[in-house]
Amino acid sequence: MRKSWWKILSFLLLVYTIAGGFLLDVPKLFILHETIRNLYFHVCMWFAMMILFIISFVYSIKYLRGFSYRNDLYAKNFAIIGSLFGILGYATGTIWANYTWVTDQGQSLAGILKEPKLIGAAIALLIYGAYFVLRGSFTDMDKRARISAVYNIFAFAMLFPSIWIIPRLVGSLHPGAPGGEGGNPALNFKDIDSRLRMVFYPAIIGWTLLGVWIATLKIRIELLRDKSMVHE
Amino acid sequence: MIVRITALLKKDILLELRQQHTFYGILLYIASTVFVLYLAMPESPDGNVWNSLFWVIQLFVCVNTVAKSFLQENRGRMLYFYSIASPVEFIIAKLLFNTILMIIMSMVSLLLFFSFLDNPVTDSLKFTGIVLLGGTSISLVFTLMSAIAAKAQQNAALIAILGFPVILPQLLLLMRLSKAAFSEVFREGAVLQLSGLIGLMDMLVLVMAVILFPYLWKD
Repeated sequence: MRKSWWKILSFLLLVYTIAGGFLLDVPKLFILHETIRNLYFHVCMWFAMMILFIISFVYSIKYLRGFSYRNDLYAKNFAIIGSLFGILGYATGTIWANYTWVTDQGQSLAGILKEPKLIGAAIALLIYGAYFVLRGSFTDMDKRARISAVYNIFAFAMLFPSIWIIPRLVGSLHPGAPGGEGGNPALNFKDIDSRLRMVFYPAIIGWTLLGVWIATLKIRIELLRDKSMVHE
Repeated sequence: MIVRITALLKKDILLELRQQHTFYGILLYIASTVFVLYLAMPESPDGNVWNSLFWVIQLFVCVNTVAKSFLQENRGRMLYFYSIASPVEFIIAKLLFNTILMIIMSMVSLLLFFSFLDNPVTDSLKFTGIVLLGGTSISLVFTLMSAIAAKAQQNAALIAILGFPVILPQLLLLMRLSKAAFSEVFREGAVLQLSGLIGLMDMLVLVMAVILFPYLWKD
């Protein structure tokens, strides 16, 4: 019980997110209408992805400090689940864009992909794709862990400035773009209605915890499988 | 430290001068690519197309230029370097050498672009400066990628896979910045801001290379 409180919390928060997300009152806005409820899913996916990638990055650094196989396993699995959330973020974003940008503003889907924020997300997914390709090209386990940790750290360090900087430089359709104020990479936090906040913040925590949960399950399976590799 | 870096740099330049076939190989690669572009383009392309083509070609030239820098060093030679120099000195020498090489190649491809594909650039001097900056940025990133790919015993394809997503933000900034040389009017100070940003990212790459290369080097 003491160890699994966060799993229960994740479950409860997600139940609340889904029930509250679909049933609670939301502000009625032009173009967005009821699609605004996607905020609880789409935006949270990206938050979860970022947090999972940050965890993966931290474990890569930890790996290089002590060369423990366990840390490499953590870095790898958090990156996998992070990418999964990235793909889900794209999927939910496409649905959202389909009802707002494409129909109401006459944009084509191909044009939308050039949005600076989507480029950032695409770069992130490409980087982690390359990370998995790199991992696959080694046969030696220690070498694989070491070299891919180096790439993970380098790519992460290059990715995050670009995710934070580029969207602030270029205009975009995406919420939180300059032209409004601030130009936050995700959305403009000052714009969020308090009714949305009530579900939005718990949703971020819930989805992130779910991501961590999935990753830890994968890690536990792999640790059991390679028990001989991990010298405790 | 500086003595050893210059010695390593000298060694790379000497090798390049002795084995000129690789150098000319890349020159020929650039020439034939631009020639293919020249034939593939029915008329002289407009500024935007020209600009994008130029930077994409730079990317591929860089992959080919930098790819061999670590692949050519065999195990025995690496072991020798290991005994005489520190990894930081080694990577700085490599970064310097590749930057010099890439700048030469950028200039050559710029000349070829100017002569074959017209010249939509209004401010050639500014564009040359941007190309110098861009060549440096691209070569820095790809040097490190080449070091990683060399460890995986892989070819140039892996360098491209690893490097493209990492260089993309800088490349986008460079393409944006180059438009300053195409008589696009920028907001006051925006050119300086963009070049400063690219320079900062170069510094970041340098710092990361110095921190991370020692881990790549050990075997």
